[in-house]
Amino acid sequence: MNNDTLIPHIGVVTDIRIDTPDVKTFRVISPEGGKVFEHMPGQCAMLSIPGVGEAMFSITSSPTNKDFMEFSIKKCGCLTNWLHLMETGQQITIRGPYGNAFPVETELKGKDLLFIAGGIGLAPLRSVINYVRDNRENYGDVQIIYGSRSKQDLVDYDEILNEWMNDPNISVNLTIDNAQDDWDGHVGFVPNFVTELNPSTSRTVLVCGPPIMIKFTLNALKALGFEETQVYTTMELRMKCGVGKCGRCNIGNKYVCKDGPVFRYDQLGELPDEY
Amino acid sequence: MLRISLDKLDTLFAKIAEKQKLYIPSDREDGSAEYMEWSEGRKLSNALNTVRSAKEFFFPQTESLVDFKLSGKNIEVIDIRKETEDFVVFGVRACDARSFGILDKVFLSDPVDSYYQNRRNHGTIVTMACTRPSETCFCTAFGIDPTAPEGDAACFTDGSFLYIKANNDRGEAFVSSVSSLFEDGDTAELEKVQAKTKEVLGILPLSGLSTEAFGGDKLNKLFGSEKWAELSESCIGCGTCTFVCPTCQCYDIKDFNTGHEIKRFRCWDSCMYSDFTKMAHGNPRLTQLERFRQRFMHKLVYFPANNNGELGCVGCGRCLTKCPISMNIVKVMKALEAE
Repeated sequence: MNNDTLIPHIGVVTDIRIDTPDVKTFRVISPEGGKVFEHMPGQCAMLSIPGVGEAMFSITSSPTNKDFMEFSIKKCGCLTNWLHLMETGQQITIRGPYGNAFPVETELKGKDLLFIAGGIGLAPLRSVINYVRDNRENYGDVQIIYGSRSKQDLVDYDEILNEWMNDPNISVNLTIDNAQDDWDGHVGFVPNFVTELNPSTSRTVLVCGPPIMIKFTLNALKALGFEETQVYTTMELRMKCGVGKCGRCNIGNKYVCKDGPVFRYDQLGELPDEY
Repeated sequence: MLRISLDKLDTLFAKIAEKQKLYIPSDREDGSAEYMEWSEGRKLSNALNTVRSAKEFFFPQTESLVDFKLSGKNIEVIDIRKETEDFVVFGVRACDARSFGILDKVFLSDPVDSYYQNRRNHGTIVTMACTRPSETCFCTAFGIDPTAPEGDAACFTDGSFLYIKANNDRGEAFVSSVSSLFEDGDTAELEKVQAKTKEVLGILPLSGLSTEAFGGDKLNKLFGSEKWAELSESCIGCGTCTFVCPTCQCYDIKDFNTGHEIKRFRCWDSCMYSDFTKMAHGNPRLTQLERFRQRFMHKLVYFPANNNGELGCVGCGRCLTKCPISMNIVKVMKALEAE
């Protein structure tokens, strides 16, 4: 009998990094070493602890990383709580990759890019950002606008600080919601920060964050003169199968797990407003 | 056409059951019909259709997918799939026969669902033409002819004889495996019965139901209709319609810890349920209006949009007879067609 996508592979958690008070980043390899499967930036995987649950997570690491995959996961439910309690060496199950990817090899090529992320919304964009950094000659100018509730809630702050901000080819703008003592950067919500920064409308935009942040960011971008065809986002809905059959992530005639999770804003506008 | 006297049905069933499992619609003690495995003495039901559809032969209500064994930090994945034994489902009505084609478009599209495919590969569907359609039937609205059902082989009856004909290669193999019991016979009486059935079909209360207002291009027009509020108002979200529906295919995946291993299984689920789309960060379908709308939009708009216009309903009428608040797809279609 042929392999069935519902039968998962084994993954070994080899490293657990505490990113924020409620976000950890898990490094996963196959028991034989190396990656369990290849993916493109924006694609997702189903992770599970048998007996606890299974859920879809975006793959945070770039496919240019040949040794492992990483998942930045926020603690917010039964399975994610369990994942946060894991120790290194724990095996989990993993299946995928699922869904489409950001069009890094087509529409995004040669473009000036603007990444806008809020909170854990950086997770799927980090895969694209590092893919772009590793294939720098294929892309134009890169700007990253990232905001979180507080300095402590900025996911993967070390990489942002030590690698992205030191990269002369990337400009990074950080913001946090409320002022705090050890922060001398920008304070305020992401959508307003985008308006203040007034980025060039020549850029192609990739947005991810809480639904409310995405909504207001899109409004800000439109006010600045950006077209919907310039903006990509990635969606999250409840999923069980990952291949467009269980019916859960259905919006209009699309299944977010297989037709998404990446949508261009004008495509999203054609779907019923039910996400 | 090949035919056998109806009083020899037991001989026919015994012959089929010699080589493989045979399932037929049979009456329960309460008088309703369900598919049951045939054994000596089991009689074919006279009911028009079974309470539950025939979809569970290929997409069972629950089925095990994979087992896991945990030891310390390690997990063992155990592939429990086995090749299904051959089986025959006899007496499937034209509506249910069409539903398999709809389910195929979901489960056999890439990536193929091996659990469904396995059963599909080993099941022979022998249909039975309808002679007494009921007032809840509306299969003809979807281009189904209940006097000439699809399936691997089709049976017809004139009240005295059972006639059989193959519709494809698998049907040919089936017919030739039982043809020794059949004799070639005249179909004049059968044609009379078929003509009379067609006459009845034409005057059934739902015979004029139109599907013209529906299809993949009607999304914006129908999604925003104000009718959904009124239509969904009384829905109690029990999910009965989804469970008796031959084309509903949404499922859940869950784990069960037996104490020895973890069994991962899937089971029927319903988009009518409040937690169907509930996530840690919220629920995109917050009220019964959205859930109700989803079920009908999927059958009448979303499914056709992805499948060359084919609607996701076969007009079996089960939701008409089973809904506790008497809401159903026909009422929805009639309310929306004026939009």
